[in-house]
Amino acid sequence: MTQASDAPAGATRFWNDPANRALAFQAAVLAVVFAVGWYLFHNVQANLARQNIATGFGFLGREAGFEIGESPIPYSAADTYLKALWVGVLNTLRVSFIGIVLTVILGAFVGIARLSTNWLVSKLAGAYIEVLQDVPVLLQLFFWYALFNEILPSPRQALSPLPGVYLCNRGLLLPVPEGHPAYGWAAGAFVAACVLIWAVRRWAHRRQEATGKLFPTFRVGLALLVGLPVLAWWLGGAPTALSVPHLKGFNFRGGLGLSPEFAALLLGLVLYTSAFVAEIVRAGIQSVSHGQTEAAMSLGLTPGQTLNLVILPQALRVIVPPLTSQMLNLTKNSSLAVAIGFPDFVSVANTTINQTGQAIEGVLLIMVVYLMFSLSTSAFMNWYNKRIALVER
Amino acid sequence: MSSTTPAETVRPPSTRLGPWGWLKVNLFSSWFNSLLTLVTVGGLAWVVPRFVRWAFWNALWYTPAEACRAGGGACWSVITKNLRFILFGFYPHPEQWRPAVAMGLLLALLWYSKERTRWSKRLVWLWLVGLPVMGLLMRGGVFGLPVVETEKWSGLPLTLLLSVFGMVAAYPLGVILALGRRSRMPAVKSLCVAYIELIRGVPLISLLFMSSVMFPLFLPEGVTVNKILRALAAIILFTAAYIAEVVRGGLQAIPRGQYEAAESLGLNYVQTMRRIVLPQALKIVIPPTVGVLVSAFKDTSLVVIIGLYEILNTTKSTLSNPQWMGFSSEAYLFLALLYFLGCFSMSSYSRRLERELTPGSAGRTR
Repeated sequence: MTQASDAPAGATRFWNDPANRALAFQAAVLAVVFAVGWYLFHNVQANLARQNIATGFGFLGREAGFEIGESPIPYSAADTYLKALWVGVLNTLRVSFIGIVLTVILGAFVGIARLSTNWLVSKLAGAYIEVLQDVPVLLQLFFWYALFNEILPSPRQALSPLPGVYLCNRGLLLPVPEGHPAYGWAAGAFVAACVLIWAVRRWAHRRQEATGKLFPTFRVGLALLVGLPVLAWWLGGAPTALSVPHLKGFNFRGGLGLSPEFAALLLGLVLYTSAFVAEIVRAGIQSVSHGQTEAAMSLGLTPGQTLNLVILPQALRVIVPPLTSQMLNLTKNSSLAVAIGFPDFVSVANTTINQTGQAIEGVLLIMVVYLMFSLSTSAFMNWYNKRIALVER
Repeated sequence: MSSTTPAETVRPPSTRLGPWGWLKVNLFSSWFNSLLTLVTVGGLAWVVPRFVRWAFWNALWYTPAEACRAGGGACWSVITKNLRFILFGFYPHPEQWRPAVAMGLLLALLWYSKERTRWSKRLVWLWLVGLPVMGLLMRGGVFGLPVVETEKWSGLPLTLLLSVFGMVAAYPLGVILALGRRSRMPAVKSLCVAYIELIRGVPLISLLFMSSVMFPLFLPEGVTVNKILRALAAIILFTAAYIAEVVRGGLQAIPRGQYEAAESLGLNYVQTMRRIVLPQALKIVIPPTVGVLVSAFKDTSLVVIIGLYEILNTTKSTLSNPQWMGFSSEAYLFLALLYFLGCFSMSSYSRRLERELTPGSAGRTR
């Protein structure tokens, strides 16, 4: 019997050896991929040479020659393409950041409403989720944009739902405080409060681990978050002057104006994505079994403590990974701004492609920029997820 | 003892609540819930009558645009008067019965495929014959039908074409990519990982731009591929990456024992996957797969941006007609209803399928 295992080495033919087969298969796949790649590259070279298009990113240094409707930094048509694209990146980041914050708040709210014991509220939240998920986001953007343009009156007859707030076909106008150094102080105090809260949380957590004593972190944190900036504002001279939007000629002056494009984009993205977030939040909370709540209650924890110490830490584990992908979806969907004329990155890049004919470079830039957004967001969320993940012994 | 007197029949305690009990439990269980109910009812009482008055009571259903401008309600005439253009776009007027028949055929096929008992080889053949027949009907050139170039294909048929062909082609590609990602061969695995992550990291728009401005540069001189096919390719490549991730989840859920058992039976890789692993894995991931397909259906609307006239774009161009300008809400609400019906029926079908496929729940009512 031992002889059988010592069969002559040639028993397995060379081409029957799985390792060799795998090698051959991989070599064939790579060869095909490279051949197709080389063929496409060759075609591109020939086409570019025939159409006299210069390759490379040299065009970025040239004068852009087009205006951008809204820009967080000073920009004029005399600036370079590079700066125009940078303005686009900033606009994309602005709309995505504000959109993500609003989406998470609204989504959590609707998700909790879906779980409400109140039949009416729960059904309404269900209808909200079902309807908004099933209508394409582009259609929603068009709808809101058309609403701004068609239904809302001109600035002269602007609606004013609250004193100082105006809604018209030029966008949404809000009163903002006049510039004053005290606001800078308040912003600094806000950041300081955030750092302090982080430190307090750590300390409270350690103390709880060591002694079991609870510290009202939430209330103290809220007090710090509100109190410190107010204190800084008061010490800075308590300025109260407001820049209220007012009609001058055919348009409004003063205040903070959100263009109809920005407002429609934000509204569409937030409503669409919040429906998905609501489902995620609902599923996350439902994934924590009811026994956990009952156990916490029977230990004498208050409802707030139950939520904070028992339910949320477990629910967040389920919620965070899909939430990340929804945040990324919102960022990627913000590229639909090009359809309603908000100058986000894709829109500026598209104008650049049309003006310079640098299609390959333009599309590559779009892909690289969005890949960077995606990779950095998922890196951050993976780090966060690792922190809150279950540590099994 | 004489016969026992029959005990007075006591009815079991009622498990059903009367309408008042229902109200108490579901709407007024605490002061907070009561407040919530009152606020919600108040809000609904403000919105619903206004909406009904606008959308139905004062609405105009089939009037010229001038009448709409005078009336105060919704102007559904913008849809009814332009229905043929919204649905069929630039397809030649006298030939529009052809896309209508093709769509009818598609719906009939979908309806027929609904029951799981009809899933067989025959059905696959039916689809393989049906789809080209629909294409031929649209294209013409046989049986004396005049040729209609694909540039003229627009409206709802284009939306359905992009979604159906997109899904049908993306699914097998996605399965192959998922298998590649799970492969033990490093070259194949890294190619698949790179592809999936790259595509999932960029918006669909960038792929559509690629198909419209970059793709022509890839082709040798003199060869052109029409715009619809290029957009279709972009949708397929995009959807496949998402399907791959979903299928990978299913593959990971299959216990190792299944692979080992298949190997010990002497099945080779293709047999293992086709007979043992994929049937189980694909079944697990039906709900998320339908999610991806629903997204793909909604995402076909993005081809507006590269200038294809699918149904959203035909609607938009109707609205850019000066006569019908200003009735966007009505037109977009109509489209939203169409998309909602499509997506909703897909997701409720997937819920049904999921129920039927869960072992042991066949006769159970939920």
